[in-house]
Amino acid sequence: MPDQEGILAQLKQRFGPDGIVRQLTADGILTVWVPPEQVRAVLSSLRDDVSPPFRMLYDLTAVDERQRQVRPDQPPGDFTVVYRLLSLEGNADCRVKVALTGETPAIGTVTDLWPNAAWYECELWDMFGIRVEGHPHLRRLLMPPWWEGHPLRKEHPARATEMAPFRLPEERMALLQETLEFRPEDWGWPPPGPDQDDLYLNLGPHHPGTHGVLRVICRVCGETIRDAICDIGFHHRGAEKMGERQSWHTYIPYTDRVDYLGGAMNNLPYVLAVEHLAGIEVPERAQVIRILLAELFRIISHLVFMGTFAQDVGMMSPVFYMFTDRERALDIVENITGARMHPSWFRIGGVAQDLPKGWEQLLGDFIELLERRLNEYEQAVLRNRIFRARTVGVGALDVGTAIAWGATGPMLRSTGLAWDLRRQRPYGGYDQFEFDIPIGKQGDCYDRAVVHMEEMRQSLRILRQCLQNMPAGPYKSDHPLATPPRRAQTLRDIETLIHHFLSVSWGPVIPPGEAEGRVEGTKGLYSYYLVSDGGTMSYRTRIRAASFPHVQMLPMLCRGLMVADLIAILASLDFVLADVDR
Amino acid sequence: MSIHTIGVIIKDWLIGLLAGWGVPVELSRLLIEVLTWAVGAALCIIAIMLAALVFIYLERKVSGYIQSRLGPTRCGPVGILQSFVDVIKLLLKEDIVPAEADRVLHTIGPILFLAVSALAYVVVPWDEGGTVAGKVDAGVGVLFMAAVGSMGLIGIVVGGWGSNNKWSLLGAIRGAAQMVSYEIPMLLALMCVVLQAETLSLAGIVEDQKGSIIAWNFLRPWMWLPVVLFLISGVAEINRTPFDIPEAESELVSGFHTEYTGMKFALFFLAEYGNLLLVALIFSVLFLGGWLSPFGYPDPLRLPGIIWLLAKSLLIVLIVMWVRWTLPRLRVDQLMGLAWKLMIPAGFVALGVMCAVIMLGWA
Repeated sequence: MPDQEGILAQLKQRFGPDGIVRQLTADGILTVWVPPEQVRAVLSSLRDDVSPPFRMLYDLTAVDERQRQVRPDQPPGDFTVVYRLLSLEGNADCRVKVALTGETPAIGTVTDLWPNAAWYECELWDMFGIRVEGHPHLRRLLMPPWWEGHPLRKEHPARATEMAPFRLPEERMALLQETLEFRPEDWGWPPPGPDQDDLYLNLGPHHPGTHGVLRVICRVCGETIRDAICDIGFHHRGAEKMGERQSWHTYIPYTDRVDYLGGAMNNLPYVLAVEHLAGIEVPERAQVIRILLAELFRIISHLVFMGTFAQDVGMMSPVFYMFTDRERALDIVENITGARMHPSWFRIGGVAQDLPKGWEQLLGDFIELLERRLNEYEQAVLRNRIFRARTVGVGALDVGTAIAWGATGPMLRSTGLAWDLRRQRPYGGYDQFEFDIPIGKQGDCYDRAVVHMEEMRQSLRILRQCLQNMPAGPYKSDHPLATPPRRAQTLRDIETLIHHFLSVSWGPVIPPGEAEGRVEGTKGLYSYYLVSDGGTMSYRTRIRAASFPHVQMLPMLCRGLMVADLIAILASLDFVLADVDR
Repeated sequence: MSIHTIGVIIKDWLIGLLAGWGVPVELSRLLIEVLTWAVGAALCIIAIMLAALVFIYLERKVSGYIQSRLGPTRCGPVGILQSFVDVIKLLLKEDIVPAEADRVLHTIGPILFLAVSALAYVVVPWDEGGTVAGKVDAGVGVLFMAAVGSMGLIGIVVGGWGSNNKWSLLGAIRGAAQMVSYEIPMLLALMCVVLQAETLSLAGIVEDQKGSIIAWNFLRPWMWLPVVLFLISGVAEINRTPFDIPEAESELVSGFHTEYTGMKFALFFLAEYGNLLLVALIFSVLFLGGWLSPFGYPDPLRLPGIIWLLAKSLLIVLIVMWVRWTLPRLRVDQLMGLAWKLMIPAGFVALGVMCAVIMLGWA
């Protein structure tokens, strides 16, 4: 593990012991409070001067602190802005917090330090009403431009029943229609001049190439893209707000739907975070079952990626083969969990049930089949000359740019950096497994496909190890916050019966604190940053999804290329819109 | 008995019938001439309709086979009625014209596209001495076909422009660029065959290959390059994968026919399958001996020539379908690069080789 004290000492040396206040969190990530006027200097020094340097802005979010009860040793403030930094070379984490006061507080932008801060800061404004000064184009990102209020503020209603009845009179309808009118100025583009013959091409939100409700506004000259803007938020469901209204357990099904191709993989970061908060140890068997399902879902998601990628560059057939194989994998998931795409199978402290009889046979057959089929897919898709002509060198990305834009997962590894959280910071038992980290060379669309293909092979390797080394033992923790008391005991004394009643009707009460659970998900790094105020519900649930920074890179990647390349790049980004918008 | 002789017998019978009613022979000859052309025109359309009916079903079954699924199974035994059901569906659909579209151009586009496709069928030699017009193609079949074939893109451009949709427009522009470019290698390949047969008549080209399969053009080594060029540019001319960029579903939504529904869309659809059959027919005529039997001339099996022609065309169609469901799509610049940097020079090489072969007296 990295030397947290060393980083802290370097910061204190630069900014004095008063400016930097450390906070201890349940996840053990170095967390420091800095005064608002110093935040920029601290962040910039963390990026460039500190050793190891924190080159990646991993996440940027805020917490509305106005209703929080338990905040020991923390500076007072109405809102806290949280910068989450990641150092890939030093394998270190850092969380920088800034306390802001006032109804609509303001903070300086960091877009010049990290380009991917642009969307995160828009989200700050959109969700919390925190103004970001110096931001190149602050706008509503996820909510429509006419939305009133900032949804993640505590006073904003979380349910329709808390709001006034919905009405849409004619004049308001007309007004809303008018906001849909496209004006380049609204998007930070110069207004069209008299001699400009660029065409504004509106790609999506309903377009066969966008894999969902993504809108890309392109300014094209002929078929060459001069510039592009991503308009997101069509799939926004307020998953983070829902976290504040669901008990710790009942929120698990919502996580499944964040990256809806990743299924149970999404449960993992959430339950890891809760387990950090509550200090729950997960038994070995449960860990391996979780890894089994997570890797199965990695394969499921990557199969969809390969199929749709091939389809987007015009190959109509591979997708059928890959979806057939995906069906087989989903059959196994169904046999284990009873559900297919969204099993909601992981629980705080373990999984919902033990593996069914005969799972070894099912999984063994599938591994053997898919190993053969992957070779076929490589022949049919990756070695196809037209496919290579369409993807090699298109949308290339170097390591430095990838890190600066917050790219993780296959996107990052395709640039040639072998950084996999499962290897760097083994979580949930991954240290017991043998696997390689596939990397690409130049980070283009083709390399991304190759990395995905190779990752499926590595996942199969992990699955085979799960198959051979499934430990015996309980499938869930005996921790009182994770499981109701045993029936035999509830029948004996009233105290356990009361506990049983409470933990079933209210759900567990998780001790106050903050923790983040992270996994190497199907599309990159996923993390859930949970703030508990000592209640039956989370005080703040922050979902860091991998697709969000990836989609943000699209304009940068496709500038100067053709419309057909844009589609190839979009397909190679491997994003899920539900994941971008949450 | 060839189609031609059947035509002559029917004509003679009609003239006799009309003469019996007291119509002057000159007038009845004129009437029959007009009638012949009308029947010919109708046959062209019918050929396209039949081609579309068969090929849509075939395409769905072939793609199903390639994609390890069944394809249509519900309509009739093994889904054989699927195409008819599709036609009924398309007929019943509402005809939508976008509010800001140019109604006239929007309507003319598909009609033009289909008309041009049908027109090219006039010169196809279905059997010994038999085009649909009932007579030999006046010696300029190749020229006519090439001229008419390149007009198809007018329908695409008109439809794409008239839709007032950016995707349609992009598709139309792509289509125009592509069809103009691939016309050239196609014609160069055609010229090789014309030099070989020393005639511009499609029927004459078939006559030139008279004999068993050994005498056909595709077995002559100097024809191998033209065969490849013609097949590739033929696939490009009919906008099928890997050259389907005017439609390019994942990029341009549906390309030039994005805004078409119902029968207008069906006309585009019909014409595309008509063009598919046309390219296969022309390919068979140019390189596979047209209506000739592979076992020698006259055909020892005594099958009508049209059967052989259709069998050969079907083979070509299946190959084109196989390619469509296997390969990805080229990008616009790669597509144009392929035409201008590779295929057109290759076409000139082929033409040069052909000339050399003639001068050396090997042909």
